[in-house]
Amino acid sequence: MTFKYANDSDLHAKLIADVLSQYPDKAAKRRSKHLSLATSEKDAGEEPNAISECEVKSNIKSVPGVMTIRGCAYAGSKGVVWGPIKDMVHISHGPVGCGQYSWSQRRNYYVGLTGIDTFVTMQFTSDFQEKDIVFGGDKKLEKVIDEIAELFPLSNGVTLQSECPIGLIGDDIEAVARKKAKEHATTVVPVRCEGFRGVSQSLGHHIANDAIRDWVFDKKDIKFDPSPYDVNVIGDYNIGGDAWASRILLEEIGLRVVGNWSGDATLAEVERAPRAALNLIHCYRSMNYISRHMEEKYGIPWMEYNFFGHSQIDASLRDIAKHFGPEIQEKAEKVIAKYQPLVWAVIDKYWQRLSGKRVMLYVGGLRPRHVVTAYEDLGMEIVGTGYEFGHGDDYQRTGHYVKEGTLIYDDVTGYELEKFIEGIRPDLVGSGVKEKYPVQKMGIPFRQMHSWDYSGPYHGYDGFAIFARDMDMAINNPVWGLYDAPWKNDRALAAVAG
Amino acid sequence: MPQSAEKTLDHAPLFCEPEYRKMLAKKKLKFECPHPDQVVSDQREFTKSWEYREKNLARQALVVNPAKACQPLGAVFAAAGFERTMSFVHGSQGCVAYYRSHLSRHFKEPSSVVSSSMTEDAAVFGGLKNMVDGLANTYKLYNPKMIAVSTTCMAEVIGDDLHGFIENAKSEGSVPRDFDVPFAHTPAFVGSHVDGYDSMVKGVLENFWKGAARSEATASINIIPGFDGFCVGNNRELKRLLDLMQVTYMFIQDASDQFDTPSDGKFRMYDGGTSINDVKAALNAEWTLSLQYYNTRKTLDYCRDVGQAATSFHYPLGVEATDELLMVISEISSKEIPEAIRLERGRLIDAMADSQAWLYGKKYAIYGDPDFVYAMARFIMETGGEPTHCLATNGTSAWEDEMKELLASSPFGKNAQVWPGKDLWALRSLLFTEPVDLLIGNSYGKYLERDTGTPLVRLMFPIFDRHHHHRFPLMGYQGGLRLLTAILDKIFDNLDRETMHAGVTDYSYDLTR
Repeated sequence: MTFKYANDSDLHAKLIADVLSQYPDKAAKRRSKHLSLATSEKDAGEEPNAISECEVKSNIKSVPGVMTIRGCAYAGSKGVVWGPIKDMVHISHGPVGCGQYSWSQRRNYYVGLTGIDTFVTMQFTSDFQEKDIVFGGDKKLEKVIDEIAELFPLSNGVTLQSECPIGLIGDDIEAVARKKAKEHATTVVPVRCEGFRGVSQSLGHHIANDAIRDWVFDKKDIKFDPSPYDVNVIGDYNIGGDAWASRILLEEIGLRVVGNWSGDATLAEVERAPRAALNLIHCYRSMNYISRHMEEKYGIPWMEYNFFGHSQIDASLRDIAKHFGPEIQEKAEKVIAKYQPLVWAVIDKYWQRLSGKRVMLYVGGLRPRHVVTAYEDLGMEIVGTGYEFGHGDDYQRTGHYVKEGTLIYDDVTGYELEKFIEGIRPDLVGSGVKEKYPVQKMGIPFRQMHSWDYSGPYHGYDGFAIFARDMDMAINNPVWGLYDAPWKNDRALAAVAG
Repeated sequence: MPQSAEKTLDHAPLFCEPEYRKMLAKKKLKFECPHPDQVVSDQREFTKSWEYREKNLARQALVVNPAKACQPLGAVFAAAGFERTMSFVHGSQGCVAYYRSHLSRHFKEPSSVVSSSMTEDAAVFGGLKNMVDGLANTYKLYNPKMIAVSTTCMAEVIGDDLHGFIENAKSEGSVPRDFDVPFAHTPAFVGSHVDGYDSMVKGVLENFWKGAARSEATASINIIPGFDGFCVGNNRELKRLLDLMQVTYMFIQDASDQFDTPSDGKFRMYDGGTSINDVKAALNAEWTLSLQYYNTRKTLDYCRDVGQAATSFHYPLGVEATDELLMVISEISSKEIPEAIRLERGRLIDAMADSQAWLYGKKYAIYGDPDFVYAMARFIMETGGEPTHCLATNGTSAWEDEMKELLASSPFGKNAQVWPGKDLWALRSLLFTEPVDLLIGNSYGKYLERDTGTPLVRLMFPIFDRHHHHRFPLMGYQGGLRLLTAILDKIFDNLDRETMHAGVTDYSYDLTR
């Protein structure tokens, strides 16, 4: 089923020209490469995955002095990849702020006794002071690790998440890691994710993946009996329980999920990953590196999948099952059939209320493309989308999802996004907390598509029901009708007078 | 299948369904390699012990769950209190994303801040180019009246010279020569957000006051509120009181409108705040009052240097602290405290007398910024409560001395302990070994509430998991009434919860209290 609609290319082109005209020349020239329209849809209506071109420059430095929404390498490593590994202590190594602001902000759900055998919603820091900058922080770091060993003996290792000063003052955290790993007979992973590295959180993901490769894989004798149906779920951070809503489906079709990365993960799950039969990767952006590594070194194939919205869930389950042959394929069909009544009940309930509504997205990771079809499953249209920290391959993949004329904006600035929203007046914007409140002030419904606005899960069939309900609750909320004071409204006055 | 379209379960009930419970149990058993249950429960019990407490308090390097943030957050908050001022943080851009999210999550409001987006090349060559281009872009795009520049630890470690950079940028035409670009050095490895606030406010004053001649002192009183997550309610309440007293005053730094803009179809990037003309005029004030000492130490010294009289309070809340504030204002303005305010005071006293029995002898743990902990301990003692643990991660030994002096002034402070520099993981041990009835502090205390069963009254910054508290004042007598009610509500809610089991504990599930 292809959901057909066209976007207003002329309007979108004009909006791009308008915002660029407001920049100083140098910045306008740089920003012009990041703004575009999806073009030349091929074979639309025939293929389920018609490919549009949406070429923009990406993964290059943000323009200084504008409101970029991007984060840093530390955010990519500690905040995204490592932070959710629950039985390790992740030390924010450096001054207090980075750990404080990222403390418990990503809703990486997990099961465990926090502070005893799990540590995700805690903030561990070496709280750098001026003297640590002057004399170096290696000695302090050693002591931090010793104190963790004493106070949190059930932690299964530590990671050292470097903040900006660590790299600048030249501390040797790798030496500390080697020394302390030996002394405490535990896993100590140094991660060079200083915030100034790279241009966004994206390099932090890559660095974090490399740290898994270099400091976790093949370091222990693993006792483990593999089965031919073992899969790792890679790049699902279990926001609001996403990974659980996915896992339940994978198990139902007969697979064994041996590792959940990195939402609700333990170090053991990461260590055993190289013994699995297949890597299933959801957030391609943050975890393709380690999947490629496992393919090269251990011969484990990997495939991307999309568990947002029923049409992609159905398709992904079939693709995954195909890899394992008829037995799993048969089970997958049964599972898809089992959930059809739920899917159709959801669509019946919301289609009338949501179809034809226009959505603008601006998120990170995989969501600027993966959620497109989830909206279309409810009859909604995507008018604009873009990535905070996407690369060229992300935009290529986006072409599978968007329609011609879709406004594409890479590393959009606060100014541009505001102007685009004003110009298009969509029915819904899906972005992050920094964008939420300005958009709502404008009277436009909004959902936080990083945190699911404290709802979720959105993955899987169970999540699709929540996704649909949440979009309806945002768009059809009575509050949007109350923005204009009635005494400013002639019709209301006439009604009272009349 | 637990999910349905009619009754859609979101995460909280969904994962309590048997299918998910079973799946999670299997995951743990087969794949997580957990420690044996006995080992986990033994360790859990051990963390409640005095032995663990001693190890925990003896920590020298590790900080766990600190109740403080870094300097630039304070600088960004400070800049938000000036008219049409864009905060420009010089350094790596991730920091700015964090300050913006943090402020937005607390106030449920937009937070507009730009970064100079320094990356590896700037780490090597310095961030001058980022400043030159950045100021030009900020000026052109966001149409500010002023750009307030602060730093991250990166810019500080490489030693960027803000003043020189800004001058350079002006020479290159990034902003007009006479455009105001105040700045503050705010390294994250020194002090905390309260110091960043201090540096930025001082930076703004210096920008306008340096070299300006002070004319004859005016009767207007300058008021600096300090870093305050409740600025929306507090600043407005203080203005109401000052207007009632008919005092001429000027708030220097006032983010109450910036973090409380109305929803009416328009996004206002800037709203309210102290205007440039007012900051300039404030030089001539005879007095500058700071509502929080630890937030304004350097600023107040500077005010004194220019010839103003200056004094500070410790986040004035409760009866006596409000009395003092009003009396000082009355004295320096020669305006009487009107009868209407005396009646308000009387109403707070009335309320405290009515509810005294529920508060007498209750023990509290209070944590947060130094001025707030001081103020709260003082108010608790006024209600007949005992501030058993007073903790400020960014508290100094000078704060400790002040706290001890305060606590010694009342029999209710007799058993109190003061914990400067300690974090919330230390407080966990304190709560297990020397329990209290109530915990007062920000949202991070929810983990302490869960682990130790101590009910949490959420106050100050940040409050992420409750909505709109900051819209109501804590300061003044009205604020005192609100505080009193918040504490009482927590006590009554808790009592009801404990006594509501029908036929078991509901003999005390009383209707009238």
